[in-house]
Amino acid sequence: MALLADIASWACLIAGSLFALIGAVGIVRLPDVFARMHGAGIVDTLGMGLILAGLMIHEGFTMVTVKLVLIVVFIFFASPTTTHALARAALNGGLKPLVDGKNAPSAEPGERTGGPSKT
Amino acid sequence: MLQALSLGAVLYGLWLLLSGHFEPLLLGLGLASTIVVVLIARRMDLIDREGHPIHLSWRFLLYIPWLLWEIVKANIDIARVIVRPRMAIDPSVLRLKGTQKSELGHVIYANSITLTPGTVTIGLEEGVLSVHALTREAAEGLIRGDMDRRVTAVEGAADGRGEHGA
Repeated sequence: MALLADIASWACLIAGSLFALIGAVGIVRLPDVFARMHGAGIVDTLGMGLILAGLMIHEGFTMVTVKLVLIVVFIFFASPTTTHALARAALNGGLKPLVDGKNAPSAEPGERTGGPSKT
Repeated sequence: MLQALSLGAVLYGLWLLLSGHFEPLLLGLGLASTIVVVLIARRMDLIDREGHPIHLSWRFLLYIPWLLWEIVKANIDIARVIVRPRMAIDPSVLRLKGTQKSELGHVIYANSITLTPGTVTIGLEEGVLSVHALTREAAEGLIRGDMDRRVTAVEGAADGRGEHGA
């Protein structure tokens, strides 16, 4: 049983680290600020979630696990807020999202700018 | 009043979980500080439907597992896009109309979009969201409006009722 828990915990830790690494690679590889935020999104959802899940399985039903659950809850509330603040700051600083290698024109509601949907 | 009681219960529960002490004296001190905090929050007018939305709690609890599963799927999609040697990205900016009735509903929708990798809300004005989507699939998923419908359902009938309690 302890062995099973160890295996599950390590699987979660390794998978979480892998996703955090992929997210970091994404931050470097993606072309502009707005695209890079998606890479950061991987790190603080599945990367963070799997690493903390691994730690929870390692700890079992203890007070530490309760605190780990609280960390997950708080990150899930804080991370969209920070991402949004970052996006607002970039927009206010005059950056426009890259769309098809060009800067995006503003679209009407329900419309989509750039990308393959344009005919 | 209901909101104040619920806030107190949540705060006391949080205090118990973080402290891990169960001696009568410490329990009493914890209770006293909880009451003081609730009173201060009430004086500062912080306890309202928006700050402490108990009216959507159980619907919200049903929404969370669905959202988590969406986040996992989106993570795998975006991770796959990033590790490919030639990244098949197709960034676009969408304007979406949120069908929620309250500001709280719009914020839940906008935050759900941001939490899902591949889509980030970069603006929210009067119910119209500007969303930056990294791939075509992510953008199409949002246009299908599944998440929008579910958030509206979370908000649900509870929105028709007037103000009550604290």
